[in-house]
Amino acid sequence: MDIELRGITKRFGSLVANSDINLHIRAGEILGLLGENGGGKSTLMNVLSGLHRPDEGEILIDGKPTHFRDAKDAIHAGIGMVHQHFMLVPVFTVAENVILGVEPTNALDHLDIKAARKQVSEISSQHGLEVDPDAIIEEIPVGLQQRVEIIKVLFRSADVIIFDEPTAVLTPQEVTEFFGIIRSLRDAGKALVFITHKLGEVLEVADRITVLRGGKVVGDGDPKTSTSADLAEMMVGRAVRFEVDKQVVKPGAALLEVKGLRVTNERDEIAVDGVDFAVHEGEVVGIAGVQGNGQTELVEALTGLRTPLAGTIALSGRDISKATTRERHRLGIAHIPEDRQRAGMIADFTVAENSVLDAYYERRFSAGVQLNWNAVNAECRRIVKEFDVRTPSIFALADHLSGGNQQKLVVARELSRKIKLMIAAQPTRGVDVGSIEYIHGRLIEARDAGVGVLIVSTELDEILSLADRILVMFRGRIVGQYAGGRGDVQQIGLAMAGMAA
Amino acid sequence: MSEEQPRQEPWLSEDALERAAVASFNFEDIVLVPVLAVVLALVLGGVVMLATGVDLPRIGQAYTALFTGSFGSLSAVSETLTSAAPVTLAALGVALGFRAGLFNIGAEGQVLFGGMASVAVGFMVTGMPIWIHLPLALLAGALAGAIWAAIAGWLKAATGAHEVITTIMLNLIAMELVGYLLRNSPIQKPGRPDPISQSVLDSAMLPKLLAWYNPNLRLNAGILLALAMVAAVYWLLFRTTLGFEFRASGLNPFAARYAGMRSNLIIVVVMAIAGALAGLAGSTLVLGVLGRASPGFSAGVGFNAIAVALLGRSHPVGVLLAGILFGALDAGGRQMQVAAGVRIDLISIVQSLIIVFVAAALLMRAIFPWAFKRRGAAAGGAR
Repeated sequence: MDIELRGITKRFGSLVANSDINLHIRAGEILGLLGENGGGKSTLMNVLSGLHRPDEGEILIDGKPTHFRDAKDAIHAGIGMVHQHFMLVPVFTVAENVILGVEPTNALDHLDIKAARKQVSEISSQHGLEVDPDAIIEEIPVGLQQRVEIIKVLFRSADVIIFDEPTAVLTPQEVTEFFGIIRSLRDAGKALVFITHKLGEVLEVADRITVLRGGKVVGDGDPKTSTSADLAEMMVGRAVRFEVDKQVVKPGAALLEVKGLRVTNERDEIAVDGVDFAVHEGEVVGIAGVQGNGQTELVEALTGLRTPLAGTIALSGRDISKATTRERHRLGIAHIPEDRQRAGMIADFTVAENSVLDAYYERRFSAGVQLNWNAVNAECRRIVKEFDVRTPSIFALADHLSGGNQQKLVVARELSRKIKLMIAAQPTRGVDVGSIEYIHGRLIEARDAGVGVLIVSTELDEILSLADRILVMFRGRIVGQYAGGRGDVQQIGLAMAGMAA
Repeated sequence: MSEEQPRQEPWLSEDALERAAVASFNFEDIVLVPVLAVVLALVLGGVVMLATGVDLPRIGQAYTALFTGSFGSLSAVSETLTSAAPVTLAALGVALGFRAGLFNIGAEGQVLFGGMASVAVGFMVTGMPIWIHLPLALLAGALAGAIWAAIAGWLKAATGAHEVITTIMLNLIAMELVGYLLRNSPIQKPGRPDPISQSVLDSAMLPKLLAWYNPNLRLNAGILLALAMVAAVYWLLFRTTLGFEFRASGLNPFAARYAGMRSNLIIVVVMAIAGALAGLAGSTLVLGVLGRASPGFSAGVGFNAIAVALLGRSHPVGVLLAGILFGALDAGGRQMQVAAGVRIDLISIVQSLIIVFVAAALLMRAIFPWAFKRRGAAAGGAR
């Protein structure tokens, strides 16, 4: 099935989300749709999947103009979408989730679960999407949940499948498996759209690339000849530097010293199992590792959000193992939480309120019990300008900012005061290319000013380009230590998989 | 998205930042939705009257009486504001809880306790001038309400017990305890077999504001207390570090914890302040109007307070407006019964319908699409 979008324009009030977009989606091809957050990718795909009606333009399916009144029409026409956030019922089995809404029934409306399981198994084996039809969704890993979403779409006999940021939640291994799956779907004659802002992935898997910026198509790329730099420039509108400029700095005295740290998770299992390391002044230490190897618990223990089972944490020689989160904050520890939506900011607070979320009590912002809003607003205005947080007003709700700008706001808040140690967990997750470059630059700047920086990230590239020293975490232990840069990338990869020499 | 940088952000001009938005007063949410809800509830109330055999002219009579009885004369306004004071005070406490993410159903119990404490101080302390005795009686009411509510807060902070359950149970306990106190000395009025308290001394009564004009007008200083508390709660929520912590914890307890706020302490403090406000509501009932306590003297003020807090969208000014509305329905409803012979139960139906419509803000948007500028943004619920 071929789909052509012709002159699609979609406006929301005065905002033009899509402007005169022409796009071809062909059977047996993977189209990479590249663009920054807010570039118009999601709106365009919502138009295609019938959720939005375009103000102008038309959709042609195999050459025939088609109008979708709602999402059902689009599904009926064979267009399926795999959303970034899965739409699965956690307590249902795989088969139950797949058939939800289109349940096969026999006499007296009796649910024919046997037939359903059979159909699910057929689809699974046909496309190499192995998954147990009787597994409960909440008990299987994210990578498998994504497969269930794909099976769901195939079950509704889709010929066009749209993937919205499909790799954002996957581990590197799962990403590789996912690429195998979409290649086999392509070879089976499906038309695929792969929406992302990750350049490397689109170059690896797409047959054709279209770049959106500011709601317009700004160019096409050929994965065989284009480079990341070309695509990034198209996407952002200016040249982007991938390598972080940094001088070699001789680290100063030991700042953070962690000894024999053991931490449990919610289920009372040992998540951090006897970890020792140090971060020095003016040094970036990166902790690499696949998600779920104890990094979250480690960071929570370091920031006072989780009580360790054993071990000590010292800052500049002073034991802070028992200090509260607030006390550690006051001692100069800054924290960029890994889940900014949940922990780093309050979506229904204004940008100004968020900019003092953990410093409102300081004398700069309050006199006695009374908040000094003028001081808060002035400081917010300053950091919004300095850190290039794009917001219509400092009184806009943080919820209305794009992901990249939300993250810049959190980074701005944490870096704009006098700090000794920065603990940054996934500092650029879900952030667009331009903002990543900026955030990395600011972290290195902080290092150069003598701040100790601890970066915990599952993006190996991020660790490689930022860290002066790399530690690899696997099953709660530090299993390897390497110098910064790309020299040891092979060994680091092995260590992340638990095969350290 | 922007073009080349660096650039000066035009949207950050100084005047764009001048508008005060710290306490963002959302007109549609706080005024428009409730007003439309009231209109719709009155229309449906009419339908209910029709269905129960009231003919059209009498429905007209009834609604005329509802209006004249609440705003049609000085005495009507006096009655409206007299009823509005306690429910507004209690609702401020409930709203404060909502803002901090706590569903405090216990205002009724806190009102009862506050009222009892005020009565006790009101007749036990003798020989004091009004400027000492009255504040003392009010303080006792606030303190009693605060302690009663803080129990639920402490239970939640220490054990995780859900405040909805604990406050409901504390309501039941408060009702029975008040009944017990009223039947025993020293509270019970000597010589009376029925449960009723001794009378509050004049030196502890809230002064009548319009007695110089007409001694029958019941309006008392309770309404001034309510107004002062509206301002105080506004200040607390939007101008203080404590209010910042309340609101942060209410909107996103995770982020509040990550920002180093002490959530357990906040829960107890919020509940105590909410209880103090509800306790003051009880005080204005006994010190303003009743002059003594009897079983059920709270007349459901603590439960109406939940509705008023919802209707006022947990904003102090919204709560004041909603409180006055409920006062008006109360005063007008009595007039309606007298003048048109329509049962006062109808007012309960109208009150309940208003709450349903306010809670279902999206429904109002669907019924009156032309009244709203912004699309969808604000959904129902008070949190």
